[in-house]
Order: sequence, then C-alpha cells, then structure tokens
Amino acid sequence: MAELLKKDQMKPGAIVEGGTMAKLNTGVWRTYVPMTDLEKCTNCLMCWIFCPDSAIKVSGGERHETDLQYCKGCGICAAECPVDAIEMKLESDVPPDDKKG
Amino acid sequence: MAERMALTGNDSVAYALKQINPDVVAAYPITPQTEMMHKFAAYVADGEVVTEFVPVESEHSAMSAVVGASLAGARACTATSSQGLALMWEILYITASYRCPVVMPVVNRALSGPINIHCDHSDTMGARDAGWIHLYSENCQEAYDNTIQAVRIAEHPDVRLPVMVCLDGFILSHTLEALETNDDEAVRNFIGEYEVADSLLNVEQARTFGAFSLQNYYFEFKKQQADAMERAPVVVEQIGREYGELSGRHYGLLDAYRCEDAELVLVGLGSTMGTVKQAADDLREAEGIKCGVLKVRCFRPLPGEQIRQAVKGAAIVGVMDRAVSFGLGGPLFHEVRSACYGETVGMLNFIYGLGGRDLSLTDAKDTFRALLQAADSGEPEPTVRYIGLRE
Amino acid sequence: MATTSLKQLSDMPELLSGGHAACPGCAGPIVIRQILLAAQQDDVYVVSSIATGCMEVSTTVYPNSAWRVPLVHNAFENSAATISGAEAAYRSLKRQGKIDKKVAFFAWGGDGGTYDIGLQSLSGALERGHNFTYVCYDNEAYMNTGIQRSGATPKGAFTTTAPAGKVSPGKGQTKKDLTAIVAAHGIPYVAQASPHRPRDLMKKVQKAVATEGPAFLNVLSPCPRGWRHPPEQTIEIAKLACETCVWQLFEIEDGKTTVNYKPKERKPVRDWLESQGRFRHLFAPRNEHLIEEIQADVDRKWERLLALEAMDKAQAD
Ligand code: SF4
Ligand code: SF4
Repeated sequence: MAELLKKDQMKPGAIVEGGTMAKLNTGVWRTYVPMTDLEKCTNCLMCWIFCPDSAIKVSGGERHETDLQYCKGCGICAAECPVDAIEMKLESDVPPDDKKG
Repeated sequence: MAERMALTGNDSVAYALKQINPDVVAAYPITPQTEMMHKFAAYVADGEVVTEFVPVESEHSAMSAVVGASLAGARACTATSSQGLALMWEILYITASYRCPVVMPVVNRALSGPINIHCDHSDTMGARDAGWIHLYSENCQEAYDNTIQAVRIAEHPDVRLPVMVCLDGFILSHTLEALETNDDEAVRNFIGEYEVADSLLNVEQARTFGAFSLQNYYFEFKKQQADAMERAPVVVEQIGREYGELSGRHYGLLDAYRCEDAELVLVGLGSTMGTVKQAADDLREAEGIKCGVLKVRCFRPLPGEQIRQAVKGAAIVGVMDRAVSFGLGGPLFHEVRSACYGETVGMLNFIYGLGGRDLSLTDAKDTFRALLQAADSGEPEPTVRYIGLRE
Repeated sequence: MATTSLKQLSDMPELLSGGHAACPGCAGPIVIRQILLAAQQDDVYVVSSIATGCMEVSTTVYPNSAWRVPLVHNAFENSAATISGAEAAYRSLKRQGKIDKKVAFFAWGGDGGTYDIGLQSLSGALERGHNFTYVCYDNEAYMNTGIQRSGATPKGAFTTTAPAGKVSPGKGQTKKDLTAIVAAHGIPYVAQASPHRPRDLMKKVQKAVATEGPAFLNVLSPCPRGWRHPPEQTIEIAKLACETCVWQLFEIEDGKTTVNYKPKERKPVRDWLESQGRFRHLFAPRNEHLIEEIQADVDRKWERLLALEAMDKAQAD
C-alpha cells in the first residue's frame, strides 16, 4: 500500500496525472488466466481491441504477451480469438513460470 | 478616463463585466437578473468583448458550463437570482471544491414558494456553506466595484475560490444611480491576465480534474478549502486597498458607520444599510441617540473578530436579516452573536423585508428605538422580532 | 488520414491505461478504448468530460486516473453542459490566439446520465451547436448504484427497482428511443454502434470528429453484472443484440439514415433474451406472452428503420 499523500501534497481540485492507474495491479482479481499460444496466433488483433483492461500488448501489427498486471481474467480474448489460440486456465492450476500469457 | 454615468444596478454590473472581458459567460434568464445579461449580450453582439457567450438551457447548465470553461483555462462568469441559484446548488459546491475562480453576480430575490420576484436574501443565504466568497453591495456603485474586485479576489493564488457579488433585486438592479466608472485600461491592468497551472486544454499534459475521492482523501480537500477561506480576508482587504488607490473608493470587510461612540448598532447587509445609515444620522441629529451601523460587506468568509471589535462597545446590537432560517431565526444574527461570544453586549434579531417588503426610513428609525427600549428596560425579549409584518 | 486499421492502431499509444477498477468483462472500457484510439490521431487531441457513473468511478480514483487524455468529471447530469463550457473556452481562446491545437471534445455518459438525468443538458448542448461528440455507453440500467431501472432499460428486464416478482414481470415499459430524440435535434451526425464491430464504431467516431457541430454516438455496452451473463460473453452478447435487431447499427448523416448492418437472417429475440439472466423470468409460462410482445416491438422498429432508410434514399435519388 502506497503511503497516503499529505494535505499539502495534494493539488487542490482533485487534479491528478493522467494514466497513473497503470501502476496499479488488477491482476490479483483473476480466477482464470488466459494462456496464449503465440505459434497459433495469426495476429488478427481482435483479442487486443476487445480487451477491457488494456492487457494485451501489441505493436507493429503483432500480438505479444498478455500483461498479467492488468488482466482480470474475463475471458473475452479467449472467447473471441478466431483460431482458438487462447485458453482460459484456472489460475491455481498454472505454475507461476508458465503464466507468461 | 474615469467617467460618471447613470446606470442601474444591472447595467453597472454588465458594464463591469464588459471591462473585465471574460473569455466565457454562460447564463440563463431569470428576473431580476435578466437585464444584466441583455446588456452583456449586446456587448457581445457589438464585438466589444472577446467573450464566448453560452446561452444555456438552465442555470444548472450555466454553472456546469462555467466549471468546464474555467478548468479549460478561461476566465468565466455567470449571473443569476433566486430559483436560478437554487437550481445551481449542486454545482456551486463543485465549483468551489474544484477551485474555479468564477465570478457570479447574484441579484437577490426571494425563493419560492409561493413564487415572488422581489428582494430578499434567502437565495444567497442558503448558499452560505457552498464554499463561495460572498460580497454584498449597498448600492450600484458598490455592485460595480465589487464585481471588478471579485475577479482579483477569486483568482488570487492564496484564495482561488469563486465569488458571489450580491446586489438587491429591483432595489438596486432596476434603480438608476449616478456612479463613477473606471477607465477600461485601468480595469484591465487591475485584474491582469488569467493564469492557470493546469488546464483541460493543456492537451499534452492529460490531467484528470475532479477524481473520485474517498474516505482517504476527501477530508483533506475540504480542509484545503477551509484554509483558502481563512487566507481570504487579508486578500479581500488588500485588494480593497489597491482598488481604493485606483478609484478613490476604498473597501474593507466591513463598513462601520458612526460606530466608534455608538450605543445602539444595527448590523446588516445590502441596500437596506443605506436607509439605516440615514436613520442613524437623523436620530443622532434630532434626538441625540447615539446610533451606529455596521454593514457586513464580506459575509463569507465572515470577519467575526472584526465584527466583535466593532460592536463590543455598544450597549445593544440589532442584527437585521432579510432571510429566515426556519426554526433558528436570522442566519446573520446567529453568526454575529456567536462572533461576539463572551461580550456582554445585548443582541436582538430583526427579520425584515421578505419577498421585497419595503423597509422605510421610519421602519429603520423604529428599529433603533426598539433597540433603545430593550436596552433601557433591560429586557431584550423576544430576541427575534419581525419588522413591517401584519400580525 | 485517420485510420481504423488494427495493424496501424497497434503502434498508437493506449489512451486508457490498465489498472482501472471496472468489473471483469465490462464493455465500458472496451468502448472507451476503441473510441479514444480512433479519435486521437494525426494532430487531433481529445478533451473529455464524463458523467458520474460506472466508468467515472472505476477509471478515476484519487490520486490516480486511467485516462491519458484530459478529462473532467463534474456531476451526474451535466457532462454535455460541462464540455460545452470547455468548448466555448476553446473557441474564445483560439480567437484570441492563445491556443492553436486541434481539439476533439467528447462528453461521456452512461444511460442514466444520458437518457434520464442528463437529457436536458444534452439537449441544450446539441441545440446550441457546440462542436463536440457525445458518447452514451448504454448498459441499460443504473449499474453503478446497483442495477436500478432507467429509461434505457428494455421491457421485461429485471432490475432492482423493477424486479420480477410474483405479480410483476420486471420493467413494464419499453426502452426510450434516445437516438431518435437526439436525431430530432437536427444535428449533423447521429449513430448507433456496438463494440463487437470495432471498425464500424471507429469509422463513426472519425466521422463524428470530422463533423462541424454536435455529433452523437449511442453505443451498446453489455454489463455482465447487471445483465447476468458470463463476462467472456460480452462481445457475443453485443453481437447477438445486432443479429436479433434488438440493437441496430445505423447512422444519420445530415438527416439521412443509413443502416450499417442488416442480418441476412434475423435471429429471434428469444435467443437474445435467453442469453441473459435478467430476462430469465420471461420464460415462465405466465410471462411467455411478453416474449411475443417484445418480438413484435423489435420487428416494428426494425421495419420502420428500414423504411426510413428507403425513404431517405428515394428522396436523394
Ligand atoms: S482475460 Fe480479459 S482482461 Fe485478460 S487479457 Fe483477456 S480480455 Fe483482457
Ligand atoms: S485473437 Fe487470437 S489470433 Fe487474433 S491476435 Fe489475439 S491471440 Fe492472435
């Protein structure tokens, strides 16, 4: 837990820096974890455009790994992947090292 | 060049707004504020101001738009009365807590119901805890002067709070008065450029304004507002002095009239204080009664200590309220009495003028006499009295 | 040139960060992401106001925010009025030479903040002709406060203030046609969209941004919690809404209606109702007649939309 700001450190008017939620971890909400087979992936990017949590990393038209700091395990990506490259697995069934997404 | 002009209260404020030349004005019509915005819209139509005028569909949207404009780095104003102010209620608090230095002339009018269009202070009194600075005007000259000073007060870095400039509906808004206006350039220099550190239009910065603040932060924001209010009196006085240098008309938090040796003091707000001053003069002259008048110009923040100092030498003090807090009495009375806590001076509350009921010079004199009688008899009961009411 | 190519968009900055607190599978952030990606391109910057609601409370929690574009939250019913003030400020400051950036103004609101409490503020801002885009993310109830009925809740749906009980089959009234109300303002651009068709949605966003004057987008936003469907179904449910014509994809450009998606074979509304727990009680024998009523209502509206399109087309020819 980050330390709370003191009164005089707070900008009046509840003004905050944009995008700072990026430092938060919503991955802990997850029950299921999306496991992506990047070999199978055709880079259609549908999972990325449908992810509510900005958790799928992309660049240059390519899908990279899933950012598990944000992924809440909703399963939309797995449901929408046209080639079934993503599988939702019970978080507790996956060894930590395999959760690269 | 400073100029002498014959203007109504509404026109005098519209003229001040023209000289302030805000970036945005959003307003909705309501009696008796309407003519102020007619006049201002005409300035816009004639290209005499740079203002973007937003003729909104309600006062709620007027205040909302002004918040949006202010956070976008604009100097923004609106104006209203009565029900309009009531409809803005929700956003008044937000304007103050977002620290938007908005200036809003309020032409005081009774709140419904039943509906009434004439003056009392029930509208602005109800907004006294919204976090705005409240300046009351005795006459059209003061309404004009207060509007210009309000910009500086609101935007002062130690303050950054919205300011209401209150002027009595019809009594001032629709009454022609000869007054002194400042030169355009003098006003421009006096108010200076509007500077903001964070703006919605600072697009590369991408700030979020008004983030959801929970138990862990909301309290600190409220204390910041309280702190700003605490810093405001010094700023109001300093700007009043600077304005005095510019115009020859000096302003403080209070206007104590013949209070030094007064045995009877009437405390109040707005245009009535002109009548009460006249009554004090007449009674001193004709009957040798030592009357004084304490006009509260700055009602928020309330200059409690100064009020105490000004009245503590009197035998008895009457506080005049043009509003009622049902189940309590007059709001100003209760505040003045608590400011004087520990003093032995007697205190009465006179409620008058609701819904525009006229307060005549005779009524004002009778009020002083009632004070005198209470002091002499040593029986200041009842505490809350009504003037000009048919029982 | 503004693009809707996912390949090209994949190199653009993500304007809504992760780490926000929306429920898993919520369509709201999907809608916001797609719209921001489409809108902030080339030299155009997005400036937004947002109404109180799910998206506001979940994406801005002091001292953090998920938004990488300027955003203001004022209150519940005044997202449109607030942005109209910011837009007025922009026009004034631009005229004075104090700002030169190109700005696309957006006001966001849920259905509660748009169909109901914010309708007046929206109507006023549209009528005044401010240059902005209003986006309603329509999740068909007051989800943030606990799934209460709104003017956008469809007939027969279970909500906490119109629950299905022994004598009541859920909400008794039909959904307000907000898009038609907005179109009646005669503004230059009005559209309905859905997150399951990102390119259609993003094209509409870009049209809205290019429009001089007010534009309005009504975007269906399935809510797993309030609609009672599994979170992974969000996109499928949005798709089903369009396949059954419960939600229609169309746009009205300068008064001319174009339907953007016509299912080859319309699926029965029953499929849509079956997909969500909020309609479950409709399948009880005593409520079955309502399903026919709902189907009839959907049919009538769909035929009317097609007729409108044909009429506009005939007029143009
Ligand atoms: S499971 Fe949901 S949150 Fe996680 S990556 Fe897939 S779509 Fe995004
Ligand atoms: S949806 Fe499937 S195929 Fe498409 S980018 Fe994602 S993982 Fe790859």
